[in-house]
Amino acid sequence: MLIRVTDEVLRPDDAVAAVQTRASGAVTVFLGVVRDNNLGRNVGHLEYDAYPAMAERVMREIAEEAKARFGLEDCAVLHRTGRLEIGETSLLVAVASGHRAESFDAGHWLVDEIKKRVPVWKKEVWEDGEAWIEGPESLGMQQAPAGMREV
Amino acid sequence: MDVTILLFASIAEKAGSRKLSLPSEPGDTVAKVRDRLLERFPQLVDSLPTLLYALNEEYVKEWEPVPAGSTLALIPPVSGG
Repeated sequence: MLIRVTDEVLRPDDAVAAVQTRASGAVTVFLGVVRDNNLGRNVGHLEYDAYPAMAERVMREIAEEAKARFGLEDCAVLHRTGRLEIGETSLLVAVASGHRAESFDAGHWLVDEIKKRVPVWKKEVWEDGEAWIEGPESLGMQQAPAGMREV
Repeated sequence: MDVTILLFASIAEKAGSRKLSLPSEPGDTVAKVRDRLLERFPQLVDSLPTLLYALNEEYVKEWEPVPAGSTLALIPPVSGG
């Protein structure tokens, strides 16, 4: 099971090679990539902060849970940190399973759980300012008073 | 023995620090250590409603004990992906 928080470029081929087995009939790859806009603002680049040791621990927990829940052959979760330019990959998830349905379902579930639980943060940098993003799906926001969730 | 405190993202920026130590006290809980930290960094008070805590890399609740020598991380709402 390939789990990694790194400041190096994420390569889909490496993740596919890591998860694929002889019993795999499907491999699904998800790339989270840096978009040039968010909530009507032009994004120049992103900067990711992380608690690497805990992030890898939580990513592994989520991956183990996905493997059991969806009966996967294997899966990989990699998150990049540091400065990322538009178009670069910040999150890489690869899932291998016997048939396609489990791969698609597990990939979707994995990304949702990662966005809730993994201690990684993005800062948007615009031409005229910057701000840390507090994810609306994160566990922390779910405990917030109702008014605070409407960001 | 001290408690190591880790701060990240918006919290680290507001405090101007990513890592520090606080002296451990008998009967320490997450909330008690957090409150001593707030005396030093009152600017963090606005972040409290959405803050989570991790003790030695695992999410914990505010009432859980903090043994001397442990690492307590303040976790603002995550935004990975």
